Amino acid sequence: MNSLVLGVTASDLLSRIFVFDRYGELVDLLSQSIWAGAVLGVIGGFVGMFIMMRDHAFAVHGIAEISFAGAALFLLLGFNVVTGSLVGSIVAALLIGLLGVQRAESNSVIGVLMPFGLGLGILFLSLYEGRSANKFSLLTGQIVSISDSQLSTMMIGAVVIIAALVALWRPLTFASVDPDVARAKGVPLGFLSLAFMVILGIAVALSVQVVGSLLVLALLVTPAASALQVTASPLKALIFSVIFAELAIVGGIMLALAGTLPISPYVTTISFIIYIICRITGGYKRRNSASGRHLGAVKVAS
Amino acid sequence: MTHVQHAPASIEIANGALSFGQRDLWQDLNLRVEQGEYFAVLGPNGSGKSTFLKVVLGLTHMNSGQISVLGAPARAGNPGVGYVPQQKSISQNTPMRARDLVGLGIDGHKWGIRLNTRSYRSKVDELLEAVGATEYANVPVGLLSGGEQQRLRIAQALANDPQILLADEALLSLDLHHQYAVSDLIHQYNKRHNATVVFVTHEINPIIDHVDRVLYLANGRFTVGTVEQVMTSEVLSDLYQTHVEVIRSNGRYIVVGGDQNAEHEMRQGLEHALPADPAKGHH
Repeated sequence: MNSLVLGVTASDLLSRIFVFDRYGELVDLLSQSIWAGAVLGVIGGFVGMFIMMRDHAFAVHGIAEISFAGAALFLLLGFNVVTGSLVGSIVAALLIGLLGVQRAESNSVIGVLMPFGLGLGILFLSLYEGRSANKFSLLTGQIVSISDSQLSTMMIGAVVIIAALVALWRPLTFASVDPDVARAKGVPLGFLSLAFMVILGIAVALSVQVVGSLLVLALLVTPAASALQVTASPLKALIFSVIFAELAIVGGIMLALAGTLPISPYVTTISFIIYIICRITGGYKRRNSASGRHLGAVKVAS
Repeated sequence: MTHVQHAPASIEIANGALSFGQRDLWQDLNLRVEQGEYFAVLGPNGSGKSTFLKVVLGLTHMNSGQISVLGAPARAGNPGVGYVPQQKSISQNTPMRARDLVGLGIDGHKWGIRLNTRSYRSKVDELLEAVGATEYANVPVGLLSGGEQQRLRIAQALANDPQILLADEALLSLDLHHQYAVSDLIHQYNKRHNATVVFVTHEINPIIDHVDRVLYLANGRFTVGTVEQVMTSEVLSDLYQTHVEVIRSNGRYIVVGGDQNAEHEMRQGLEHALPADPAKGHH
């Protein structure tokens, strides 16, 4: 009897997580959102590479929280929420870039700014008297309401971000992985750091609209972190990073389309599974391949 | 030396003075390093050795005086200058193979993405070959040993065929075998290309056979001269302003502070000088 009840609850839960009734119609209806996801995947893959190189995962989280505060403020004042999150992100990114020049310093600046931003966001949301669904979606993401204009904003944002990264590619890489020598070579570290922060701010603001500010890391950090588990080649890492981000976001949206749950658990779960697989593959590769360095040691040992 | 007197100096400092707050690093520094000279900068921690390199690199400006590098005022990004930093640990997750680190030395400072990949690749292969790093060309840098990373650093610094090579504690934290291997690479480049080498170090012994002249910095004072001239009890005692004993054994130098104060100040120098000598027997 008990097991029957459990079974019913489980299938009930499953039917909430995976719903495929009239799936084709839904895909048509929400194709905007799927395109938006695809655009975000490209942004996440590109920007994520540099986030990893610069060890900026914490900054992403900080910017996302403050972007939430910006969005909440604009919601309260009756302005466009997307503009609000963009303003919040860029202000946060510039503050972090200007106040924290050293990496250790920037982490403490983020630690100070983030809770304040989140607190402001909560204040603005509790003052807001509109539909409560709007409140929640700022934090956990939404897919239904991607409009034409939002999609084109995202596309413009993606083009700007990728063009900027291509222009800064080599010096930004140099400054990120090898700052001492880069400085001696005349690479402008301060300018690059600020420029990257602005790029990061735009990327976070665009991502927040779909995955929500709490879970931006799943889109901007996890795919690149997974890619770096399996390759050290910069080009391959970039390609893998984009593919993983696409799998997570587009896959997540496709699964979330029909259900009643927010999109973020799908995206974060796919992202996490990819990471686990990459870690296992990477560990295996390091032990067993020539480029892993341990080949000789393993042979001697056995 | 007379035959090079007319050629422009590789590095020239006139009336240089630098201090941080109350602390003087040096004053009235007049120095002319000739092209092709192997020049060592010695001294205890905090004496301004690394700052000296930063001045040559154009990253730190002196309070007064002029510095010219290859005939022009010192500036960051001078293509005639190569720089080998101190070995630092690199995260295993850094998306960079040995060849990518070397490649940064070729065109890492240029804007945009790399377009001519063929000539880039052959240049990287050539540099890796020159420092004996071909074997681990595709290994992630984070997995390499300190000695292997320093070889790559040298390849990276030599990428643009610099006329001046600056090395900042390039042998620090390397085992003895790698210390000699890396210092040999630098010496070879010095001889074959008539390149100037400025080598900042705590410890002169691994490079002593190559050094032409020494700048010894301590307590805001300095001495310049050949190894034989500078590394004597009289000169160093005068520099530290306390009794210092310089022991020469088998072509190596050991510096021992005469009283406790000096010993305290010079501990850094001692730590590096002392273990190297007994180990020298194994070499």
